[in-house]
Amino acid sequence: MFEAARDALHIPPVLGWGLVVVAVALVAGSVAAWRPGGGAELRARMASWWVMAALLVLALLLGWPAMTLLFAGASFLALREFLSLAPLRREDRLVVLFAYLTVPFVYGLVALDRYTVFLIAVPVYFFITTPFLLAVAGQTRGFLAAAAVFQWAALTCVSNIAYVPFLMRTPDAEAPAGAAGLVFFLLLVTEMNDVLQYVCGKLFGRHKIAPTVSPNKTWEGFLGGWGLTAALIVGLAPVFTPFSRIETLIAAALLPLAGFAGDVTMSAIKRDLGVKDTSRLIPGHGGVLDRLDSLTFTAPLYFHLLAAYALERF
Amino acid sequence: MPSSASELPRLSPFRLLFLRAFARPLAQLLTGADVHGREHLPLRGPAILAANHNSHLDTFLLLSIFPARAVTRVRPVAAADYFLASPARSWFSRRLIGITPIDRRAKPGTDVLAPAMAALARGDILIVFPEGTRGEADELGSLKTGVAKLAAAFPEAPVTPVWIQGAGRVLPKGARMPVPMNCCVCVGPAVRWTGDRTRFMGELKDGLAALQASAPPLRWA
Repeated sequence: MFEAARDALHIPPVLGWGLVVVAVALVAGSVAAWRPGGGAELRARMASWWVMAALLVLALLLGWPAMTLLFAGASFLALREFLSLAPLRREDRLVVLFAYLTVPFVYGLVALDRYTVFLIAVPVYFFITTPFLLAVAGQTRGFLAAAAVFQWAALTCVSNIAYVPFLMRTPDAEAPAGAAGLVFFLLLVTEMNDVLQYVCGKLFGRHKIAPTVSPNKTWEGFLGGWGLTAALIVGLAPVFTPFSRIETLIAAALLPLAGFAGDVTMSAIKRDLGVKDTSRLIPGHGGVLDRLDSLTFTAPLYFHLLAAYALERF
Repeated sequence: MPSSASELPRLSPFRLLFLRAFARPLAQLLTGADVHGREHLPLRGPAILAANHNSHLDTFLLLSIFPARAVTRVRPVAAADYFLASPARSWFSRRLIGITPIDRRAKPGTDVLAPAMAALARGDILIVFPEGTRGEADELGSLKTGVAKLAAAFPEAPVTPVWIQGAGRVLPKGARMPVPMNCCVCVGPAVRWTGDRTRFMGELKDGLAALQASAPPLRWA
């Protein structure tokens, strides 16, 4: 029955096993959380993991249109969190509305399969349009800071996140577990890097790595998470990606670093604003941006590594 | 005026459907509708919610944070001169939003609080905006004392201070185009009527000021 369902949904066997492993991890986490003394926060966190995993698995199975819709929604929520917390001026109000247009625009380019326009849509055209609109709005006090807020918000929350559904458009023949396998690998590695850095920090953490930005992060957590995630990448890359041996090593060295960088950079913003979470949308996790912070850095890097070395398509 | 401002309007049988299928998703799309201090939210009446007021969105936002079983009891107090001004607006305000009208232009001697008192007597949860009108975004204006009269008449009803942060950016006074930005509804511990109006109003104002100070920085720089 399992195989019949798998064939009907065109799931490569190895991806099926990957999903089974994720399900087992979720069950194990839930059992731990619902033991007596598990704590309401941990339970809320696990319940949210189930919902997020279900949405992602559904999108992985349904293909790029579903993945595009899911990430367009996530980008809108992340962008709304970013623009709401960042210091903008009263005069910027309608430019905020304009910035939301990047979501249908960029994800529309994913749907229309316009790869080159997709690459420059935000970093060239949104970047020059927004400062002009801010000039039209007429407030020059804090102009550069406001322009930087808009540009960085659109780049991280929309453009960088949209690489994920674009990767789903890779022809299945180009990767050993299909396009869904490529995306699954990125999401798994990014989330496991977060989890492993956290766990290593809890177990062995002694020396603070960024005391003024993220006081809970330690060298031990960073290096331990890096090493374990790199090992995970080396072990699983041949199963899910078309990377050669040397390309796998480059990915193993860079992706955990990018995840850490995304996490710390978002922490610096939150500390600047004096908030712990970007919102309370996801129980036990915080905001969408809290959950996506590492992915805003790993997604474009992983995509560009694949495009440069391994995929014919891009 | 198509409907009297001195009685409690009847609700449409489709009010719950409207609130859950339209008003709540709209409020969540535009604001995210984060709630801080949800444990302080009264779920049974008679109770009074006293909130700051910057935007027409405030009522939608407050109605969206109640669970379905409680929201059928929630009635926002709203100005009769504005919300009952045209037949369409009046029908929408009375039947779907479920406002309790208050007549800001009543002749001296009329009891403008009668519909609100009737709602509390029925065991409803009343939303009041003690500033009396939409003020400057994220600033607390002076509070009118009608809320103290309600509390004095129903001393068993808790008066819960609520600070809405950010709605004045999504849809400020005078704007027609809403812009989605995150908002936070901060609910504080209830204030009780103890027989002294000055003291009661002071405690309510302090409660609102404390919530304002604790709210996330969802404001213009």
